[in-house]
Amino acid sequence: MCESCPTLLDSLIHKGVLIETGVDGLYGRSGLFEQIVDGFDRMISRTGADQAAEVLRFPPGMNRALFEKSGYLKSFPQLAGTVHSFAGNDRDHAALLDRLARGEDWSEKQEMTDVVLTPAACYPVYPTVARRGPLPADGLVFDLNSYCFRHEPSKEPTRMQMFRMREYVRVGTPDQVVAFRQTWLDRGKILIDKLRLPYKVDIANDPFFGRAGRVMASSQRDLGLKFELLVPVNSEKNPTACLSFNYHQDHFGSTWDIRTETGEVAHTACVGFGMERVTIALFKHHGLDVSKWPAEVRDALSL
Amino acid sequence: MMDTLRQLIDKHARLPVAAGTLAPAQDLYAAGLTSFAAVQLMLALEEAFDIEFPERMLNRRSFATMNSITTCINELRPQALAS
Ligand SMILES: [Zn+2]
Repeated sequence: MCESCPTLLDSLIHKGVLIETGVDGLYGRSGLFEQIVDGFDRMISRTGADQAAEVLRFPPGMNRALFEKSGYLKSFPQLAGTVHSFAGNDRDHAALLDRLARGEDWSEKQEMTDVVLTPAACYPVYPTVARRGPLPADGLVFDLNSYCFRHEPSKEPTRMQMFRMREYVRVGTPDQVVAFRQTWLDRGKILIDKLRLPYKVDIANDPFFGRAGRVMASSQRDLGLKFELLVPVNSEKNPTACLSFNYHQDHFGSTWDIRTETGEVAHTACVGFGMERVTIALFKHHGLDVSKWPAEVRDALSL
Repeated sequence: MMDTLRQLIDKHARLPVAAGTLAPAQDLYAAGLTSFAAVQLMLALEEAFDIEFPERMLNRRSFATMNSITTCINELRPQALAS
């Protein structure tokens, strides 16, 4: 790391790998950073080539009505980002500029739009698949990648407010979905092995909000619904979740009334790859000078 | 208290069966209780018995059976047993 930089974030900014914006968790990325992201993205595609996944790309904003129906606000109201826009007349506009000039709160005539920032890459896919009617007998696999937003400002470079998540999503019978998650638990380890990163896989829970969230988190752990592949980046004690393996049971299936070929409520699972987190983990473990990274890592990433 | 509890379960736990048909030791999750419904039930219990479940009780097991729920309530507010 850089001698005069006290933290990994400082080093990454000093080296020009990340570009400060003045907001914690919101950074620009250098061309080199993007090359690594692209290289990892291609590794994922090669690993998932046998999945016959349907590729879908959604913008980083989703339909607010669908977001509301998804139940996200029940579990993570603190993380959601809703898009607001000015809705007023000329006089309101003048008042806005006036308040802005005085450094006062100018949000009065801001109204909620129909757009909410996408909280996870897989959220737009469930209503999409529901609209198509019953699943084929083999179920479906989707390949997604989106910038996502979570309102959790942090000085840890691995906890960004806007970041990319690549996902494969399985929709089908419980057997199909559980098998999918096991496959990706195995493949995720192989992928990270190729990048020569230390890791462990552990049971995990989502950051459910509030006291009710404690019960949700406890249930998720007891039922073994979420696993994470963790790489030490900021600390050994609190390693960073770089990949996650999530079994939603029938949560999205029943929310969106997704049915299997035989009319049962579909189950879903997803594997998520934190593109920035993996990239930053690579800088942490192999150094800021990419030319000195192990040859097999550079090869794997086509650098 | 069991009657009140059964009423709350019928109203908030969204089980496919009536709470009256369930034995006190029967697994509510196996009977169809979801995590979301368990949370709704928890909030209703707090309201009905004027209690607040402490951190250590905010887990899946606390709401697993009518027995486990009454154990929690009894610990927090022993006089509720009489009502
Ligand atoms: Zn997902």
